[in-house]
Amino acid sequence: MNYTLPNKLKLFAIILMVLGAVGIGAGFLSAPGSTAEVKQMMAAHGDDHGEASNESHDTIKDSHGDAAHGASHDAADEQKHLEHTLHQLQNRPWSALYVACFFFFMIALGALAFYAVNFAAQAGWSPVLFRVMEAVTAYLVPGGIIMFVLLGLSGFHINHLFVWADPEVVAHDKLLQGKASWLNGTWMLIRAAIFLGGWITYRHFAVKFSRAGDTAKENDYSNFKKTFRISAGFLVFFLYTESMMSWDWIMSFDPHWFSTLFGWYVLAGMMVCAITTIALITIFLKSQGYLEIVNDSHIHDLAKFMFGFSIFWTYLWFSQFMLIWYANIPEEVTYFMTRIEDFNLPFFGMLAMNFLFPLLLLMNSDYKRVNWFVVLTGIVILVGHYIDIFVMVMPGTVGKSWFIGIPEIGSMLFFLGLFILVVFTALTKAPLVLKNNPFMKESKNYHY
Amino acid sequence: MTGQDKLLNLKTTSMASKVIHAIYNDDDILMHAVKQTRAAHYHIEEVYTPFPVHGLDKVMGLEPTRIAITAFMYGIVGLAVAITMMNFIMIEDWPQDIGGKPSFTYIENMPAFVPIMFEMTVFFAAHLMVITFYMRSKLWPFKKAENPDVRTTDDHFLMAVDTAHHDIDKMSKFLQDTGAVEISIVESDDDH
Repeated sequence: MNYTLPNKLKLFAIILMVLGAVGIGAGFLSAPGSTAEVKQMMAAHGDDHGEASNESHDTIKDSHGDAAHGASHDAADEQKHLEHTLHQLQNRPWSALYVACFFFFMIALGALAFYAVNFAAQAGWSPVLFRVMEAVTAYLVPGGIIMFVLLGLSGFHINHLFVWADPEVVAHDKLLQGKASWLNGTWMLIRAAIFLGGWITYRHFAVKFSRAGDTAKENDYSNFKKTFRISAGFLVFFLYTESMMSWDWIMSFDPHWFSTLFGWYVLAGMMVCAITTIALITIFLKSQGYLEIVNDSHIHDLAKFMFGFSIFWTYLWFSQFMLIWYANIPEEVTYFMTRIEDFNLPFFGMLAMNFLFPLLLLMNSDYKRVNWFVVLTGIVILVGHYIDIFVMVMPGTVGKSWFIGIPEIGSMLFFLGLFILVVFTALTKAPLVLKNNPFMKESKNYHY
Repeated sequence: MTGQDKLLNLKTTSMASKVIHAIYNDDDILMHAVKQTRAAHYHIEEVYTPFPVHGLDKVMGLEPTRIAITAFMYGIVGLAVAITMMNFIMIEDWPQDIGGKPSFTYIENMPAFVPIMFEMTVFFAAHLMVITFYMRSKLWPFKKAENPDVRTTDDHFLMAVDTAHHDIDKMSKFLQDTGAVEISIVESDDDH
C-alpha cells in the first residue's frame, strides 16, 4: 500500500518552517551589532545579569594574572568584556541554527546506520520497517547540504562558531597552532565532503536496490544480497567517519579539550534518537491505518532498542564524566566545570530525561507494547537529546550568554518542519512494504 | 445419553483422579495439540519438554511470570545496601579523601560509588532472582526429579491432561488425533 501525504500534515510542516524561519530571522536581527548595544541590553536586563558577568570578567582577569596592570585598566577590561559578550550574543542565532541542524541530521544518519546494521545482521524482525527507515534517511541529503553550508560558514570564519577558525586567536594559542594541521577550514570541509559523500552514496544505492526489489521477479533476492554487501562496507566506513565527524562538528567547539570516547557518545545519542524517530513514525502511520502488518512485537523491539541505547548512552556519559571528575586534571575538567556552573539545569535535566525517564518508563516489558507509552517516552528522549546537543555546543560558542528563546525555538521548529516534510514526502515515493526480502515472511509473522 | 454412559461417567469421577500422559515427538505438533486440548475444554496439568518451547506458556494459558517484579525489588534492595555500605565505609567510619577532593559527603563523592551501586544492584537482582526461582519451583539440592517419563529429558514432549469427569476413551481418541505418538493413563499422586 502506498502512503499519501495528508494535506494537513504538509500544511503543518510548512507552518512550522515559516514560524521557524521567522524566529531564525528575528534571532539574527535582534543580535547586537556593537558593544554599545550590548551595554544597553545588559542595562535593560537589570543589574543581576551585569553583576554575574562582572564576576566572570574578574576571573578572566585573574587568570591572566596581570597584577602589574592594576586597577587603572578597569575601563579597558570592561570594554574587553563587552566585546566578549558581543561575540557570544552574535554567536547565539548561529549556534541555535547549528544545534537544530545537527540534531535532525543526526537522526537521519543514525537511522541510516541502524538500517545498515539490520541488513548486515540479516535481521528477521525488521524488514516491515525498512521503508520507514528509508524515509527517515531521505533527510540525509537536504540536512547534509545545510550542514555543509553551515560548516563552511563556520570553518571559514564568516561567523565565530569555531574558535580555531579565527586566525587571530590561533596566532596567540600554542595548542591551537599544534592542532591547526587538522583543525583548519579547508581540510575540515574536505573531510565533511568525504563523510557526507560516503553516507549519501550508500543511501543512494541501498534505496535503489530496495526499490529495484519491488519490481524484480518473485523470490529474486539479488537486490537484498547487494544491499547486504554494501551495508557491511558502509558500517566500517561509518564507524570511522562518524567518530571523526563528532570531533570536527561537535568536539572542536571546545578545541582545547578532548575525549577519546566522544565519537561513541555522539553515536549512542544518535542511535537512540534515530530509533525513537522510527518508532514514532511507525506508530503514527499505524494510527492512520497504514502498516497493518506491523504488530505490537515490532514496537516492543523498537522500544527495547530505545531502552538499551538510552542505557548505553548513560554508560558512556558516565564513563566520560567519572574519569575526568576523578582525575581532576585542570585542562580536562574545565569542560564539565562550565557545564555544571553555567548550564546546571539543562546539563542535569537532560541526564534525567535521557536516563531516568526511559529507565523507569520502559523497564517493564508490557509497557514497551503500549503505543502511547512509547510515544510519551520517545518525545521525552528526543527533547532530552536535543538538550544534550545544546549542552555540547553552546558552552563553546555562547558561554554564559545562553538562553532558550526565539532563535533557539525558531531553529528547532524550522528544522522539525523541514524534517517532517522531507521524511513524509519520501514515504509516499514507494509502497510501505517492500518486496523480495528473504526475511519478509519472518518479519510479518514476528511475535514475541 | 444412555443410562449406561451416565453410570460410566459416575464411576470415573468417583475414582481417584486419573491423568492421561500424551507423548509427542515434535514441538510444533505439541503446540497445536495444546491449543486443541484447551479448545476442547480439557484441563492440562503440566507439559514436560526437553527444552524451553517458545510461546508454550501463552498457549497453555499460564499466568505471566512475576519474577521481573521481584528482580526490580531485589535491585532496589541491592542499591540501598550499596549506598548504606559505601556511606559507612568511605564517609562515616573512616572518611576518605577521594580524588583529592576532600568533601567527606556522600553526594559529592557519589561518582566514585556509582560503579559499586550498579554492581550491587545487579548482584542482588541476579542472585535473589535465582534463589526465588528455585524456591517457587520447589527445587533444592538432592531433590528427586518429578519427571513422569525420562524421555522428556531427551527428545520427547509430554502433555499431562486431567481426566476429571471426562470419558477416558473419548479423550484418548481425541489426544491420538492431536498427533500423540503414545498415550498412557496414570493414577495421579495426591501429593503432587
